[in-house]
Amino acid sequence: MTTASPPEFVKRPTPVRKANRAIDERFGTQPGLRRNLNKVFPDHWSFMIGEIALYSFIVLLLTGIYLTLFFDPSNTEVIYNGSYVPLKGVEMSRAYASTLDISFDTRAGLVFRQIHHWAALIFVASIVVHLFRVFFTGAYRKPREVNWLIGVGLLILAILEGFAGYSLPDDLLSGTGLRIAASIAQSIPIIGTWASFLLFNGEFPGDNFLPRLYVIHILLVPGVLLALIGAHMGILWHQKHTDFPGPGKTEHNVVGHRVFPVFAVKSGGFFMMVFAMLALLGGLAQINPIWMFGPYDPSKVSSASQPDWYIGFLDGSTRLMPPWEFRGLGHTVPAVFWPTAVLPGILFTLLALYPFLEARFTGDTKSYNLLQRPREAPTRTALGAMSISFYLVLWISGGNDVIAKTFSISLNAMTWAGRIGLIIVPPIAYAITKKICLSLQEKDAEVEHHGIETGIIRQLPSGEFVEDHRPKPTPVPDHPQVPNDRFALPSANGHGDGDGKGLARRAGKAVSGFFVEEKETGPGGPSTPVGGGKH
Amino acid sequence: MTETPDTPSDTPSDPPSDSTPSKVATPVATTKRSARKRGPSARRRRRSSALVLVLGLLATGVLWTMLAPTGNAAQTADANEAVRQGRALYQQGCSSCHGLGAQGTKDTPSLIGVGAAAVDFQVSTGRMPLAAPAAQADRKPPIYSATQIDQLAAYVDSLGGGPEVPKVTDQALSDADLSHGGELYRANCAQCHQAVAQGAPLTYGKFAPSLSESTPTQIVEAMRTGPESMPVFGDRQVNEEDAVAVAAYVKHLTDSKSPGGFSLGKYGPVPEGLLAMLVGIGGLLVVCLWIGARQKV
Repeated sequence: MTTASPPEFVKRPTPVRKANRAIDERFGTQPGLRRNLNKVFPDHWSFMIGEIALYSFIVLLLTGIYLTLFFDPSNTEVIYNGSYVPLKGVEMSRAYASTLDISFDTRAGLVFRQIHHWAALIFVASIVVHLFRVFFTGAYRKPREVNWLIGVGLLILAILEGFAGYSLPDDLLSGTGLRIAASIAQSIPIIGTWASFLLFNGEFPGDNFLPRLYVIHILLVPGVLLALIGAHMGILWHQKHTDFPGPGKTEHNVVGHRVFPVFAVKSGGFFMMVFAMLALLGGLAQINPIWMFGPYDPSKVSSASQPDWYIGFLDGSTRLMPPWEFRGLGHTVPAVFWPTAVLPGILFTLLALYPFLEARFTGDTKSYNLLQRPREAPTRTALGAMSISFYLVLWISGGNDVIAKTFSISLNAMTWAGRIGLIIVPPIAYAITKKICLSLQEKDAEVEHHGIETGIIRQLPSGEFVEDHRPKPTPVPDHPQVPNDRFALPSANGHGDGDGKGLARRAGKAVSGFFVEEKETGPGGPSTPVGGGKH
Repeated sequence: MTETPDTPSDTPSDPPSDSTPSKVATPVATTKRSARKRGPSARRRRRSSALVLVLGLLATGVLWTMLAPTGNAAQTADANEAVRQGRALYQQGCSSCHGLGAQGTKDTPSLIGVGAAAVDFQVSTGRMPLAAPAAQADRKPPIYSATQIDQLAAYVDSLGGGPEVPKVTDQALSDADLSHGGELYRANCAQCHQAVAQGAPLTYGKFAPSLSESTPTQIVEAMRTGPESMPVFGDRQVNEEDAVAVAAYVKHLTDSKSPGGFSLGKYGPVPEGLLAMLVGIGGLLVVCLWIGARQKV
């Protein structure tokens, strides 16, 4: 409208630029900053699962700091006189009393406790789902075996950290868990009694066990976790992220978005989403209502006592184990030793060694930066499904009393179903998964060969009926510089997918993009050029 | 016990209007007894009615000490009437399993000496009459009215005494020592009924039921009579005040609002883990997909 002179593009000295310059002049950070902010990360929704773990860990640190201000990890017995009436006058440890005070007499104490607990459940769960992603796509293969080992270490530490936190309030439920932990320690042959005495500083429950557990929970394990997370991400940064194969993607490049601005904004937003989910759960859903369980007393135990979900598989293995006690050579090995000490030892050892075992048995010692789809490695995928089904049977058996009660099933039937299922379900899962993978491979080969079935039947002049096949579409790059293997999904109005019909449609597209391999190519939407980082 | 509802009369000669309010109960009862003597097969009836009379008198004595603030003839007669009506109800609804004399069979327990509390518990929770033979009777809506349950209880009580129906007043409940009740609950009840009284399974399909729907009276009755797999907590082990305190604590557990939000059935880590998986991780994976779908590389 106006006829002003063309604007001058001058970089205004914003506070950020000024600060950046000031830091650069003193520390020479600019080249490193530029290099790292220009680093390219590939885009795939499944690469964000590990971020859930990272963000819940941050939430755990923040809420945990608040809780430490009010929690007193002391075994000293006190008489409760807080605002929860049904426990007034009851003798309990200071740890339990201060947890009650956090829940009822501290501003925002209960919601912080609940967010902390939900974040712990989500933290371990997201590590496990991230593990699935890494496993089923072969992301752990050379050169990333060390990061796999660190990841397994993080999982084990996260489980220990969660169990320590669950045990700190010294309520009837967690005390029962510690009692079982003490029994497991005692069940170890030869060193058992000493191990238990070392852990609990004497006979269970000990008189200063909680302060030790507190140090483990708020200092030792979180410190190691933090260091390992740093190493995990440092190695990832250095080795660069893997990606699925596609046009323009090779073993020697990374195609995606730069750290700044797209990846940073995306991850910042995702952090907010994770925080929002945890706050939602913590604010709306009650978790671990310790005031209803009462203080711990070794003479008391409640039925349907369960650990948090990540210990559940060990509870399940204990419930399924027949009472086989070994006596001999002057020692007794109780039945609890096998399902709670030997079994997790074997499982986590196999998990840690899997990359090396696979490399050894396949003889494949090459380095890979491109991922495999699960169907491309049928044996690995089948082994994964087999392991998951084994774990699931144990996990379900850990809650078999609650399931038996809820669905009016005999508890004995549940136990036997678990025992039999543990033996027969994993091989079935293996066979079915392998068959599915091979069938999907066959289908891929067929599409490659004959094209896609159209469902159109034509009659030839000779009277013969034939079905039309459309040739497999050539991959359409989303932008001119770097092609990739994403197929533009046809939109409702046929004008690309910029119509923005909302969350449901976009999520639906993402899901179908994940499950349906081939889609008819439509005209691609407007694209933004993005650089492909060099390896 | 002050009025009797319309129930099938065992003497056809009685007009239906016999079921009258208690104030005129005494002459009616006398009339019935004389009517019986005049009826056919009089000897058998005489003998059984004599038995009923003896038992009724016995029950009257028990009920006397239980009920009577000021004794009078009308109340004795009320008790007799209740026993008589209860017997009729028993024969109609219970005797096919427990036997005509409530002596039980090889599959069913004898009811002699179980007491009024056991009858009140089993019938008012709907466990009796049994829907079907199973590992354990479950709670269901009761099919007898409160008055009928009292009559059944009076009849069974007349067979040989036993624990009486406890009177748990609102005053006693509100005066109860909740934290003492809680200590007793955790020491004696939680190992079967679960920490928050939501119930848990026992062996072979048996279970300790949830106490969410139980009334305080039913909780005390269960303690006194030990239904199904439950042990008896007699008044020598748990006195009246403590029993009411336990009932008050249980009702606090089951009825109080959850300060932390949705209670997830008060079942602890299993539903919590399920919610973390379905809503927590499930929801965040949907967010991943959404962000993944938003970006156009």
